[in-house]
Amino acid sequence: MSTIEVSLTKQLGDFHLDISFEVPANGVIALFGRSGSGKTSLLRAIAGLIRPSNGVVKINGEIWQDEHQFIPTHQRPLGYVFQEASLFPHLSVRRNLEYGWRRIPKANRKIDFDSVVELLGIGPFIQRATHRLSGGERQRVAIARALLTSPRLLLMDEPLSALDHGAKRSILPYLENLNDELAIPSLYVSHDPNEVAHLADQMVVLDAGKVIATGTAANLLTQLDLPMAQFDDAAATLAGSVSAHDHTFHLTWISMHGGRVAVAREDLPVGRHARVRIQARDVSLSLKAHSDTSIINILPAIVVDTKEVNQTQMIVRLELFDGQTLLSRITRRSGLGLGLHEGMQLYAQVKSVALIG
Amino acid sequence: MEMDWQPVWLTLKLATTTTLVLLILGTPVAWWLSRSKVWWKEIIGSLVALPLVLPPTVLGFYLLLMLGPNGPIGELTQSLGLGTLAFTFPGLVIGSVIYSLPFVVQPIRNAFEAMGERPMEVAATLRASPLARFFGIAIPLARPGFLTGSVLGFAHTVGEFGVVLMIGGNIPGETKVLSVAIYDHVETLEWEQAHWLAGGMLLFAFIVVYSMYLLEKRLRRSGR
Repeated sequence: MSTIEVSLTKQLGDFHLDISFEVPANGVIALFGRSGSGKTSLLRAIAGLIRPSNGVVKINGEIWQDEHQFIPTHQRPLGYVFQEASLFPHLSVRRNLEYGWRRIPKANRKIDFDSVVELLGIGPFIQRATHRLSGGERQRVAIARALLTSPRLLLMDEPLSALDHGAKRSILPYLENLNDELAIPSLYVSHDPNEVAHLADQMVVLDAGKVIATGTAANLLTQLDLPMAQFDDAAATLAGSVSAHDHTFHLTWISMHGGRVAVAREDLPVGRHARVRIQARDVSLSLKAHSDTSIINILPAIVVDTKEVNQTQMIVRLELFDGQTLLSRITRRSGLGLGLHEGMQLYAQVKSVALIG
Repeated sequence: MEMDWQPVWLTLKLATTTTLVLLILGTPVAWWLSRSKVWWKEIIGSLVALPLVLPPTVLGFYLLLMLGPNGPIGELTQSLGLGTLAFTFPGLVIGSVIYSLPFVVQPIRNAFEAMGERPMEVAATLRASPLARFFGIAIPLARPGFLTGSVLGFAHTVGEFGVVLMIGGNIPGETKVLSVAIYDHVETLEWEQAHWLAGGMLLFAFIVVYSMYLLEKRLRRSGR
């Protein structure tokens, strides 16, 4: 029963939205697509802010809309974070937070006011007027305000896109925290594969108003027939655990089945779950496991797919021994030189690895 | 010289009543005009704005016919045992409300439009019912519009003459407002009284316009 089931159609000007998907209702589900693919319209339709001509929205078995009924937005147990914080300018930060919270009957409040304030670091400016907050602070208030309605589904429409790089980086940890602390499934609209890799478990990919793929983020972000793997900054995410610290060279080793990679020393306990992000252009391929190279991360892998990106370059999808996938972007010339073919075993040399949590 | 204050109080009473009635009637109209998507919306918008360009005497003339003993409204009020409203204070209020309608509706409508859809959508996602959204979000956010509308509606009612003369006449204590009193004084060559009242009006008008500028400036600075 715990699924998010959406199927709806809507004509918006000359844009046609025709969506149908079903995903398990847990963790962060990214709604991914380039701008104009219908992500925001889809989110608005799920919230009931626009009324699809016909459709079904079913959250954990609870019907928000079907052919017989249309629950208005204010009666849907959802939280919505808009692209711009959209705080009420006539209310203080505290009154903004209380706006939705005080409308929830006490018995239904599953989220404690003070702990949300703490989780999002709002305490220091809770008494302030909203126009005296920075962009990042405003968006944190908006997220807290939505959470305080104890939603059963959190809808987030590119909540970071209006923020500068610094504010983005400062808010990401809060969002990652949310997933760990509160068991609220969320639909997260994004056009940034990196953000998706950071936050999302599941992914729904949209293009021109239609769903073109549904699945785990790690898998879809490396599918060569989807657009994401062909982006310049295409990357793969590997899950593993902290296996050792190298005090001499100031490194931390992250291991997965069939290999390990090193990142700059991080103060993490051995055994802790860790995820790393590896850019396709930082992965080169070799037929032998060289030891005469400056590269220390060498992972044995099998070629599962290849695709030409342009006249010069190609992208290679690799599978590690534990089934996790890796991308490598090399020149077509190198590909030919190596004699790449599906099922071929080789070694991925990884120049740079980023720890993402 | 003996100063007659009665027209002054009557004028203030008329302007206050008119402004209150306009705020109550004009707010839903302004909201509807700002949100409705029906094609005939601007026809209603034009009707509301009509008093801006219509000579007050034209308006007064039609109102007199409507309110008079043979007019549709006159017949209604008579059948209700209220008599006719022409040449009475309530009649004046009706005339003033129609005459000042655009001055109240337009600024409020502008404020509702300037606010955009977003705040109301946010409030809906925070479980606020349509009514709670309207009173808790739309009205406070449109505060500058309400302020401008009230001041303009009040001031415009104080300054009306043609409509009053047509449907109110010149009954002391009932329909004899400031502007009519000035006219009266001039007609009967009581220049001094006319001077006092006219000078007072001039000062009043200036103070109203000036304080509106100040208020608007302050509201804008405080980020609303």
